[in-house]
Amino acid sequence: MKVAIIKYNAGNIYSVDYALKRLGVEPVITDDLGVIRNAEKVIFPGVGEALSTMTYLREHGLDDFIRGLMQPVLGICLGMQLMCMHSEEGDTPCLGIFDSEVKRFIPKRHEDKVPHMGWNTLTDVKSRLFGPELEGKFTYFVHSYYVPVNEFTVATTDYILPFSAALHKDNFYATQFHPEKSGDVGELILRNFLNL
Amino acid sequence: MLAKRIIPCLDVKDGKTVKGVNFVNFREAGDPVELGAQYSRQGADELVYLDITASHEGRKTFTELVKKVAANISIPFTVGGGINALADVERLLAAGADKVSINSSALRNPDLIEEIAKNFGSQVCVVAIDANFENERWLCYLNGGRIPTDRFLFDWATEAESRGAGEILFTSMTHDGVKDGYSNEALACLADLLHIPVIASGGAGKMEHFRDAFTLGRADAALAASVFHFGEIGIAELKDYLSAEGVNVRL
Repeated sequence: MKVAIIKYNAGNIYSVDYALKRLGVEPVITDDLGVIRNAEKVIFPGVGEALSTMTYLREHGLDDFIRGLMQPVLGICLGMQLMCMHSEEGDTPCLGIFDSEVKRFIPKRHEDKVPHMGWNTLTDVKSRLFGPELEGKFTYFVHSYYVPVNEFTVATTDYILPFSAALHKDNFYATQFHPEKSGDVGELILRNFLNL
Repeated sequence: MLAKRIIPCLDVKDGKTVKGVNFVNFREAGDPVELGAQYSRQGADELVYLDITASHEGRKTFTELVKKVAANISIPFTVGGGINALADVERLLAAGADKVSINSSALRNPDLIEEIAKNFGSQVCVVAIDANFENERWLCYLNGGRIPTDRFLFDWATEAESRGAGEILFTSMTHDGVKDGYSNEALACLADLLHIPVIASGGAGKMEHFRDAFTLGRADAALAASVFHFGEIGIAELKDYLSAEGVNVRL
């Protein structure tokens, strides 16, 4: 299967590459629009900061291009946030695939640490990324900004408040957590994406 | 709900896992990738690999090991040891590490914390602190507990947080290797002081010690080495125990 991982100025895209290789897929890490367009599945990963990555995507013509992709696309972490309308991080206009804001976590108690880092549970799972067996399972999160629960939410996690752990609209899927770092549960979610 | 984390720590020398008792007298305990994979299967939430090799050649071996760990293991892992400059961080992150842990180099050059946070994000930067309780205060040490400094745990942890540390890994030298429990009072003070996660380290001998680090010490994660390496405590049984004791863990 031809899987493209979009290469841009975001960190930690190699762990997605490794995770797919463990599933027997040899992905291509590329910013070549032709290669990405012809891939059967596209992964839009990312650890980093919203404004500098969006600026990079716009300068390289990747913003319109990603919006126009027709095959299944999976955004991960920052990738998911960049697929929303606007991020409070750097007051950044994003890709607008999901009509939602990205907000910063505001602690309510001393124990509410930001970033939200570690293993947390998925609830109200739906969409073809998640079977019912994934309800209540733990996945790995590292983030300071979140997407509120909205009409595209297909999995919810509670930290300070309930937020979107995953989104889905048409051919666009996205997870706030890192499936590539979420052990067996993450592998199952990645496999479900590859099987779409 | 966010789970409390169990973190096996693997000290690596010349490509092999070792563990010291009170920071001296190393005993060998196996192949680091195989051991890490095994811990991951048993339910470890994260792994820490510490490079205790001093040589340049050893650095290269360790970077290769980091690549193998990233390729084979599907949970987050932190690497530490011998990170003195931003270039070291870049090399280890590029090899596939999720976080780096800095200790002596942060004490010698606190600006390094800011540089890492600015370039790679706070979540990447774990500041490890080795401290010993003496003369009624927690004195910080350099070089794996060999050289005392003029800094104290609570001040240094607070400064590290304000400079951009994403987590504090506190090893009590007083408790390390003794297997009589973590330093819960100091951990609770850190929990009160800081707004970032605290990883408890040093002193695990029984399953109750982990529970106490989470309940009395209010730690976010507990790290241990020898009790796991020598099979004295299984991670799966530990997590079952913690869950039964009301601690929220990933099962």
